[in-house]
Amino acid sequence: MNPYYQSKKRKQLIGNTVSYVLLILLAFVFVFPFLWMISTALKLPSEAYTLPPRLIPKTFTLDNFIEGWQYADFTRYTINTLIVALAATLGAVFSAALVAYGFARFRSRYNELLFAVVLATMMLPSQVTIIPTYLLFTKLGWLDTLKPLIIPSFFGGGAFNIFLLRQFLKTIPKDLDEAACIDGANSFQIFYRILLPAIRPALITVGLMSITYHWNDYFSPLIYLNSDTKFTLAIGLRFFENSFGSAQIQMLMAVSFITVIPVLVLFFIGQRYFVQGITMTGIKG
Amino acid sequence: MKRNGSIERRENRQFFLYISPWLLGFAIFTLYPMVHSLILVFTDTDLTGSGKFIGFHNIVRAFTEDDLFYKALVNTLYYVLVSVPVSLLLSFLIALLLNQKLKGIGFFRTSFYIPYITSGVAVVLLWGWIFNAQFGLINYFLSWFGITGPNWLSDVRWAMSAIIIMGVWSIGNSIIITLAGLQDIPEQLYESAEIDGANTFVKITRITLPLVTPTLYFNLVMGIIGGFQIFMQPHILTEGGPNYATHTYMMHIYDYGFKYSEMGYASTLAWILFIVIMTITQIVNRTSKYWVHYDN
Repeated sequence: MNPYYQSKKRKQLIGNTVSYVLLILLAFVFVFPFLWMISTALKLPSEAYTLPPRLIPKTFTLDNFIEGWQYADFTRYTINTLIVALAATLGAVFSAALVAYGFARFRSRYNELLFAVVLATMMLPSQVTIIPTYLLFTKLGWLDTLKPLIIPSFFGGGAFNIFLLRQFLKTIPKDLDEAACIDGANSFQIFYRILLPAIRPALITVGLMSITYHWNDYFSPLIYLNSDTKFTLAIGLRFFENSFGSAQIQMLMAVSFITVIPVLVLFFIGQRYFVQGITMTGIKG
Repeated sequence: MKRNGSIERRENRQFFLYISPWLLGFAIFTLYPMVHSLILVFTDTDLTGSGKFIGFHNIVRAFTEDDLFYKALVNTLYYVLVSVPVSLLLSFLIALLLNQKLKGIGFFRTSFYIPYITSGVAVVLLWGWIFNAQFGLINYFLSWFGITGPNWLSDVRWAMSAIIIMGVWSIGNSIIITLAGLQDIPEQLYESAEIDGANTFVKITRITLPLVTPTLYFNLVMGIIGGFQIFMQPHILTEGGPNYATHTYMMHIYDYGFKYSEMGYASTLAWILFIVIMTITQIVNRTSKYWVHYDN
């Protein structure tokens, strides 16, 4: 090996080592809190409140999960959250696809203009619309129901999703549309039979992001839901903490962890869809 | 070809048909509320929707009678001014690290994204525990260096810092976005620079940084918009305390709208914030031409 190549290799080795060290340190900071959550959840009350803190509990217990879950109606909260997440996602995926189809495939004088409006709403801070929207739902009698959390998703599913799907649709060659058209398909059949299957990865991305969003949502359930029977996990967990939390951290962490598991599972299964969705839109923003 | 032939008209019709869900939603959930909230600014409407016209009283009240207005504004500004640059810098550095063909890089990418994807009440409560004065991890870690950590969430001087730290921890999204921006930069640029004798520092400052500015710009704007709306963490952990140290602007709006049932005043506060955000975004936009490089 010539000297130039040798020193280059050495520099790369040093560089890689530094990178690994930094990455490990930083990743530790980002991930360790979750380990701590699980650790606390598995501890007995006496051990949870001791110093120095230990990562591995001396005694393991699953009691916190069982007891904590029964302290409040978490099963009901989960069902509510599932209903909201799944129904809203259904609405978001389907309506965003329809709208994106309109923007991607149909020429109109207003296409560019209206799409610019869609993009603008992506950056719209929500405060200016929350209050009248709340009043609207009050007038409709939808307060304390899950409807305000679900119905709006059927109106395009959010600017971000429309943008994502439109970008994806644009990458599908129009020849497919035209071939189907020659075979006598109408625009909806082209949409349903040809394009939807073609953008399946993007649809999954939209679906996963939507489920996650609604699962974690705090503000909307906070303002629209009042009765215990209607609470989603976000609100239920919060009120649990208000009543019992600070003295029962191990139970709180146990229940908290349970609420986080579905999102983690979804994420690990569909990782590439999350990443793909963000990268598709982030740069072009 | 005729401009307004029947084919064009048909396509136009179908265009509107397919985007009608969004169009309708836009009218009902964006346009109408914006107009209505502007009207509400000049009324004293309550939660039930009934109120009367009171002129500019709400606006005057915000600037002259509401003590917490300025506190909330300053708190939120402080949050934005600290968390946004820190987040921007950190996400850039981490993305740089992740943009290497190292073994196991996928694992690291995942780890940085997890805090973001799980953001919600559970995670906020976890951090509350981590910031616990007696048993929390942070103070335990500080004790290794002989420092007695403060009672984070109960200390007027430190509560907001805790909120900021929480915010910075959730930058997974902007890391991935920055990473995508970095990966868009062609390898050849780096290779030809190396041939010309460039070291890593030069490569980063002369090639990477200029070419990733569009992505940084996007993260900056989204960071500002998001930062001004910070609500969940202080609402759950400190309820705006101690002594309103973490009383953010969004909490102020929430309190007046949904706690005190003063929707007219809350709308006023909302519009003031909206104007602030739009102004700052415009300023960033205007200055962007000096530092953002787009592909020519």
